[in-house]
Amino acid sequence: MYIIVVGGGKLGFYLTSALLSEGHEVLVLEKDASKCDFICDRLGSVCIRGDGCEARTLADAGTERADMLIAVTDEDEDNLVACQVAKHKFKVPRTIARINNPKNEALFKKLGIDVTVSSTTLILEHIEEEVPTHPLVHLLTLKGGALEVVEVRIPPNSPVVDKRMREVVLPPDSVICLLIGRWGAQVPTGDTILEADAQVVAVTRPEAEGALRAALTG
Amino acid sequence: MKVVIMGCGRVGAQLAALLDEDGHKVTILDTDSYSFRRLPASFTGTALVGDGTDEEYQRKAGIEEADVFVAVTQGDNRNVMAAQIAKHVFNVPKVVCRIYDPLREELYHTLGLETISPTKVGAQLLRDVIVG
Repeated sequence: MYIIVVGGGKLGFYLTSALLSEGHEVLVLEKDASKCDFICDRLGSVCIRGDGCEARTLADAGTERADMLIAVTDEDEDNLVACQVAKHKFKVPRTIARINNPKNEALFKKLGIDVTVSSTTLILEHIEEEVPTHPLVHLLTLKGGALEVVEVRIPPNSPVVDKRMREVVLPPDSVICLLIGRWGAQVPTGDTILEADAQVVAVTRPEAEGALRAALTG
Repeated sequence: MKVVIMGCGRVGAQLAALLDEDGHKVTILDTDSYSFRRLPASFTGTALVGDGTDEEYQRKAGIEEADVFVAVTQGDNRNVMAAQIAKHVFNVPKVVCRIYDPLREELYHTLGLETISPTKVGAQLLRDVIVG
């Protein structure tokens, strides 16, 4: 495929490098001379200096034969216009725009951009996954700190989801004594199946806390 | 008429002053409050700090009741984006958009925006003055 990338920043550079290694013909349009040089030094002569929103630059780039245009600058309005010019003037079959402000996602769809990728939303989602929003909660400390009762929520992507209790390997001295799921609370047996988003109340040793959490959340 | 103007540069401020004098209800938006110094002391309209490419600020500027939206910032693409929001999201009856780049102006004109390219108009004027 012949793919035009508008914007030669970090995203544009790595995208181009990936597309080239998949065997596509790629051309980057970048306004900044030093970014152009950087790309050409590392990836070969695949970058033209110019404004990817300008019809003339796009014509010089052979946009009329492009299969796809991907606009990844850090300005939403520039990505919008690059895609619209490509689509309406050069009849590029597929246009993809990076969106920085998540609010613009609906607008871009409405204005005819085929695909939008909201970098801010994606980064937020990934960070949220890493932030323990449902951490292990201490409920009670027993026997002068030798044992404790804790609560852990089982995330949907945990390896123990849909497993029977007997299949789940817990650290030594750790016992699951209560499961609170969609159907209410129950004392689990070996055949009880662990569901996503269920809350697990367990007894464990303080030093095994991390291992217990890892076993239940993956 | 209720008019929302985005961009309080020389053209935006002058236009705001003219329409205000004519008795229209003008709201002018700019991302930099310092730009509002260009408005005359007699200006009776509203000056609002905010980004006109953001639906929220268009709403704050009263776009839902506006009869006219004019985009005259320095950025062609910002003008194009804001004008399309006013036209396609808020269905403002008259949307006018300044686009310096004549080729881009042509394209968005064919896509249904009311566009003005000062580059094209200015060059033609100058040619007429020179050639007579």
